[in-house]
Amino acid sequence: MTALELAAAVRAGERSAREVVDEHLAAIDARDGELHAFNHVMADSARDAADVVDIAVARGDDPGPLAGVPIALKDNLCTRGVPTTCSSRILDGWRPPYTATVVERVLATGGIPIGKTNLDEFAMGSSTEHSAFGPTRNPRDPSRVPGGSSGGSAAAVAAGFAPLALGSDTGGSIRQPAAFCGVVGVKPTYGAVSRYGLVAFASSLDQIGPFAVTVADAALLFDVIGGPDPLDSTCIASARAPIAESVDDGIEGLRVGLFAELLDGVDADVAGRVHEAAGALRAAGAKVGDTSVPAAAYGLSAYYLIAPAEASSNLARYDGVRYGLRVDGDDAASMNARTRDAGFGAEVKRRIMLGTYALSAGYYDAYYGQAQRVRTLIIRDFDATYRDFDVLLAPTTPTTAFEFGAKTSSPLAMYLSDVCTIPSNLAGHPSMSVPFGTGADGLPVGVQVLAPALGEPVMFRVARAIEQAAPA
Amino acid sequence: MSWEAVIGLEVHAELATATKLFCSCVNEFGAEPNTNVCPVCLGLPGSLPVLNERVVEYALRLGAALHFDVPEQSVFSRKNYFYPDMPKDYQISQYDLPICVDGRLEVDGARIGIERAHMEEDTGKTLHVGGGGRIHEADYSLVDYNRAGVPLMEIVSRPDIRSAEQARAYVTELRAVLDAIGVSDVKMEEGSMRVDANVSVRPSGVEALGTRAEIKNMNSLRSLGRAIEHEVERQIGLLEGGERVVQETRHWNEEDGRTHGMRTKEGSDDYRYFPEPDLVPIAPDAAMRERARASLPELPAARRARLVEQWGITEHDARVLVAVSRLAEYAEAAVDALHEGTAKDVANWCAGDVLAYLNDTGSSPEVLPLAPDGLAELVGLVVDGTLSRNMAKDVLGECLRDGKRPKQVVEERGLAQVSDEGALGRIVDDVLAANAELVAEWRAGDDKVRKKKRGALVGALMQATDRRGNPQLLNRLLDERLG
Repeated sequence: MTALELAAAVRAGERSAREVVDEHLAAIDARDGELHAFNHVMADSARDAADVVDIAVARGDDPGPLAGVPIALKDNLCTRGVPTTCSSRILDGWRPPYTATVVERVLATGGIPIGKTNLDEFAMGSSTEHSAFGPTRNPRDPSRVPGGSSGGSAAAVAAGFAPLALGSDTGGSIRQPAAFCGVVGVKPTYGAVSRYGLVAFASSLDQIGPFAVTVADAALLFDVIGGPDPLDSTCIASARAPIAESVDDGIEGLRVGLFAELLDGVDADVAGRVHEAAGALRAAGAKVGDTSVPAAAYGLSAYYLIAPAEASSNLARYDGVRYGLRVDGDDAASMNARTRDAGFGAEVKRRIMLGTYALSAGYYDAYYGQAQRVRTLIIRDFDATYRDFDVLLAPTTPTTAFEFGAKTSSPLAMYLSDVCTIPSNLAGHPSMSVPFGTGADGLPVGVQVLAPALGEPVMFRVARAIEQAAPA
Repeated sequence: MSWEAVIGLEVHAELATATKLFCSCVNEFGAEPNTNVCPVCLGLPGSLPVLNERVVEYALRLGAALHFDVPEQSVFSRKNYFYPDMPKDYQISQYDLPICVDGRLEVDGARIGIERAHMEEDTGKTLHVGGGGRIHEADYSLVDYNRAGVPLMEIVSRPDIRSAEQARAYVTELRAVLDAIGVSDVKMEEGSMRVDANVSVRPSGVEALGTRAEIKNMNSLRSLGRAIEHEVERQIGLLEGGERVVQETRHWNEEDGRTHGMRTKEGSDDYRYFPEPDLVPIAPDAAMRERARASLPELPAARRARLVEQWGITEHDARVLVAVSRLAEYAEAAVDALHEGTAKDVANWCAGDVLAYLNDTGSSPEVLPLAPDGLAELVGLVVDGTLSRNMAKDVLGECLRDGKRPKQVVEERGLAQVSDEGALGRIVDDVLAANAELVAEWRAGDDKVRKKKRGALVGALMQATDRRGNPQLLNRLLDERLG
């Protein structure tokens, strides 16, 4: 059952939320020992929340559009009183005293947080292998990674542990694992969804977004979590119309551009699926053409300066003084250093060092400053492209899901798996991954739909058309 | 060789907003440790800052008062460094695009340039326990984050100041301006206003600047002056001895009256500033800018000039009235309430006994037990002859101490001055009769003896009238009798 169907059944009193939650908890019990999608399963609070929904329905009240739907939360979203680890030892024992805006909105619309999902430590990684608590396995093939950093959320949806999940996407951390696990994943326009309560990785790039089995379910969750939030100054202040109602409006006459730079150098079977999807869109009434965003070629380099630079500052607060891990030292400085040495994993340390260097006196202009100029160029090139096209089509990832250990020895090879998703983050544009058949190895392929800022309505319509045309 | 001191001052003023810079925690001094805190000012993971619009209003008001340019846009930046009292281990401040640039302040006829003023958040406070409170010997340290996130304006002067005295005058005037426009409590002793000084010296007539030292830890105007004087002498001593000045931060020590170099690690001043991605640029619109200009009260310099001209008081008295927070307002309210007497009388009382009371009690004019119209009443009682100046001083003391009105004190103590010439004349006659010996000595004495004996007679008269006799009248009557 989709989330939409489940919520409808619960709202109509045909199914109890408690029964829905128990079923999903049973599925988690049965298989999460193998997959490790969750860091923490919120069984008790999920059952309590389900009872609240059922009481409301029995009273004749409407709990809201997510009534009784279990939702997995990436473990970098703050949940009051519930461990929030970012899959890092450094947050050992920390329970936030407050709840992220997106989670509040899920709760307010009848949704049931069912657990906190595994991720690459502080969302830095593309395989969930950089979790301090061990990797998550891909439900489609447990010998493969689920992608990352939101690998736990993608796996939870793909494994049927929850119909919906929330993740965060800084350079592809929702779309890439969605593609690897064969589910829908959405990175909204920067500012469309409040970041309040999302533990920051790179503040100017981070966005929270939904995972779902279907495009319509993703739209449902996006509509719930989006909109203005006075607690996030970078959140867009004006409200916008819901997406869900227009998902099925069709794509007649829409102009779809094939993103040349991102089709270059990816696996042939993956590129083939993108061309196939383009053909399906043409058949459904869209005009398809080739286009280019030249500056996107520098996206990966710019990203790996900007994101680590912001991360080096955002992660400074984990110093052992106020919360989480503390390893004592002779004075405050040595306590800071020992705590951070023991608490952070190798990839986090690597990025903190890269970012610290990029911001240092004498290097700022050549690195951070230059990367910001590239970012401006990418936005300019996108703007030019969007004069001729409504959306762009590209692969989500250069390959299908890879095997464990395939890229852990080479950080650069790992970074390259985000090459197709990074341009949207740098531009602040929305983008989503839709499953579209499999590659030569039988593993899922994701087709990426990119749109200009606030272009979600059209992006979802195109995604829906791709979903309808997807090979069985 | 003669030397010239070159001084620039960095003033940090805490803004007196109701809430903190980026969250809705209460901004107050002296609360129980760690009670005015929330996820935002504690920098908890996932929290985000939201700018307090009132702080921008205050910054714009300061901009208008000090003739700053306020660019179309300014941005917050992160200043990155580790310190336990800084919750995020970076401070949200402004760097290359501050809200106020290129202002100035007139100080005793000299124009002191002000390079910039920017908004930033304050840090918490660390208390080192054991080892005499020094960080290196302490047993442990406690941190209070109540102050973390309190809004500050950092106001950076150009190196236009030439002496310790001028530095004090600049800070005094700046403090009066901040006080007049109502943006800060400006109490150096409580730390709501903090001053660091960049000091260098150069041979007189030389244009190039010498190497500077940054002096910190001065907690009063007096220590600011002393520290600068000491530092200038120290640097001249070094240069005259063939040594050089090292660019460094130095701590002023109030006890030994010297500045001391602080051990600094190499590269520790690379703050890796970059634009704060959690906040959007600040772009005050025309309406906000206009509101700031319109909300500007009369500034201290203009007020002093007006009081000198309208009230006929000295520049010095005007300076005293305007320098003490709200004292000029008190005096003006008293003048408005006058029936008899002059503004100058009011100013004298304010700059004298009222100010002394404020200094002794640490009180403030707006909460004085005697309202301004009470002071006007007192002035009236002196002018109409009910009270002598000395009696009035006494009455004012009681009014301030016990919150009474002057007329009430006069009535309670039966203090009304006796100016009945007939009655006083009889008393003079009685006193002279009772002190015939003194009178005789007066008649026989030279000027010196006469002065002494006459003084004794006046004393006897005051005693005989219970100190209520009108002094001018008594003196005249006495002189008439003595011939």
